[in-house]
Amino acid sequence: MASHLLDIEHLSTYFYTEEGTVKAVDDVSLQVRKGETVCIVGESGCGKSITAMSVMGLIQGPSGKVVSGKIDLEGTDLLKLNRNERRVIRGKEIGMIFQEPMSSLNPVLTIGQQIMEPLIEHLRMSKKEARKRAIELIEQVGISRAEQIANSYPHELSGGMLQRIMIAIAISCEPKLLIADEPTTALDVTIQAQILDILRNFREETGMSILLITHDLGVVAEMADYVIVMYSGKVVEEGEVTELFANPRHPYTQGLLKAKPILNQRQDELYSIPGQVPNPLDLTESCYFHDRCEHCLEICKVQAPELQELGTEQKVACWLYEKEATARV
Amino acid sequence: MSTYLVKRLTYMIIILFAASLLIFCLYAFTPGDFISGNLKLSPERKEELRQIYGLNKPVLERYAIWMKNAFHGNFGYSLAQQKPVLQLFNEYIWNSFLLAIVSTFFTWLISVIIGVIAAYKQYSLFDSLIMVIIFAAMSIPSFFIGLLLIKGFAVDLKWLPPGGMTTTGSNATGLAYVKEVIQHMALPVMVMTLLSLGSLTRYFRSNMIDVIKQDYIRTARAKGLKERKVLFTHALRNALLPAITLVGFELPGLFGGSLIIEKIFNWPGIGQLYMSSFSSRDYPLLMGFTMFIAILTVIGTLLSDLLYKLADPRVKL
Repeated sequence: MASHLLDIEHLSTYFYTEEGTVKAVDDVSLQVRKGETVCIVGESGCGKSITAMSVMGLIQGPSGKVVSGKIDLEGTDLLKLNRNERRVIRGKEIGMIFQEPMSSLNPVLTIGQQIMEPLIEHLRMSKKEARKRAIELIEQVGISRAEQIANSYPHELSGGMLQRIMIAIAISCEPKLLIADEPTTALDVTIQAQILDILRNFREETGMSILLITHDLGVVAEMADYVIVMYSGKVVEEGEVTELFANPRHPYTQGLLKAKPILNQRQDELYSIPGQVPNPLDLTESCYFHDRCEHCLEICKVQAPELQELGTEQKVACWLYEKEATARV
Repeated sequence: MSTYLVKRLTYMIIILFAASLLIFCLYAFTPGDFISGNLKLSPERKEELRQIYGLNKPVLERYAIWMKNAFHGNFGYSLAQQKPVLQLFNEYIWNSFLLAIVSTFFTWLISVIIGVIAAYKQYSLFDSLIMVIIFAAMSIPSFFIGLLLIKGFAVDLKWLPPGGMTTTGSNATGLAYVKEVIQHMALPVMVMTLLSLGSLTRYFRSNMIDVIKQDYIRTARAKGLKERKVLFTHALRNALLPAITLVGFELPGLFGGSLIIEKIFNWPGIGQLYMSSFSSRDYPLLMGFTMFIAILTVIGTLLSDLLYKLADPRVKL
């Protein structure tokens, strides 16, 4: 589709460790439309961050490698570009913010210098112009005394402020896509809301798309247009946010939604999905969720289900829906 | 900041005072002195000389005299050389300093460059090869490398002079003199650089490896900066910070001379003088020099603390 900004097809990223090969991202396809916010949700280690890093081209060799697939940004396959062309896209076409704002900024450079860098590198601004723009950006992310902040060092700012600075850096070159990797996880709740507000405002102002990675379903409900649920390196379910929340199909998604605390509703014990995430080193041909699944069938233990389209914009990879899916065709 | 400086200077004075006492006692209580080692003297003459030099006075009184003179900038008179100690320092220390400053410069320059590249290409062929070479260079004793280089470059190839600071009998001046000294320096500097290169390279490599894994390096890459910029602007500055401590330690080393190297290359440095003073028990010179190194050590640590303040915005004094 032409309206797709980012089109990832059959992406696989592996890590070659001494114990064996870890298929961190295994045959993942996803699309982000212009101006849309797509959330990737899943537990730690499900491959959501590695997917983002693969898009950025920040998988560090020699142990990690994007082994196959296509990452299309407006018709250009990023994986076919050379190192330098890839670098130019980073920061300019795709901005990224990270989980830990406290450690994501260089402690020995001033805030101003760090915001100016991509402006000078990508937009060929002079130092003076870049500084002026940096101060505007600091104001745009809702920090007062911008001039003073530009001259200060990261250790002098709070976590919430640093995350705003990270956003200012990421959007400095007006990227088409912003990847936010758990941007609010390390922050307290009131700050979380402010950070999400800033992201939403920017999306509305500039029309950029956001790929938001999170494990917080509250954040998903607030931000997402479209949701992708990942488990052990694979997409298990995806769909429109309202549809997915109202009508989760995959037992894992159902479990996740059940495990979410509900405001004003006191429960003796919060539901948790039984069992553990499988060790990525010894995955065998099966549905990776089968040993934690309440509805496990015989076929689940020997064969992995394919992602199937279920009516309106919802896809699920689960044998329970296999008949339903084929019946519709 | 100024209260910090006052505090530090007070500590420095106390430390130096304690150091002077320790140094004096060490030499005063060591059996034997400049006179007792001279077998040609009769016991009467020895007694007479002790009287003249004041060596028969109580230890504390001798210490008080030494300190009083030291405060006036007089570190005594070398018994063996028959010259004031400070004048001797002035004659020899700069020769040692010349070797030390040049070899330290090359050591730091080369080890930073190799350390950064080795860290960036960790576990690559280059990295492994460099580490093997460095271990080899660290393991070979200095006199062996020294002699090997003399054999190779001076005796066989005749490219460089084997020793000394100037050619014997030469009275070159100006540029010709400078050229001559540089030629004579080349081999000792090479040996000194080779020997200290290993530990420093490994130090920078491991610092750099730690820094490269930091989140802010990932951020710098995510901004689309050139790899050179990521390495040298973002990583290197952070990797160099812990090395500031070493700068403080280098200071006494710059003036301390190098015993073995100076001996092998017949370099008229303070190390050689120090060694010969030991065999003749020339205590004024030994005490003066040890005190001088103590002063430099204390100044070095203060200097590195102040440098931290300059280089790392997180440090508050």
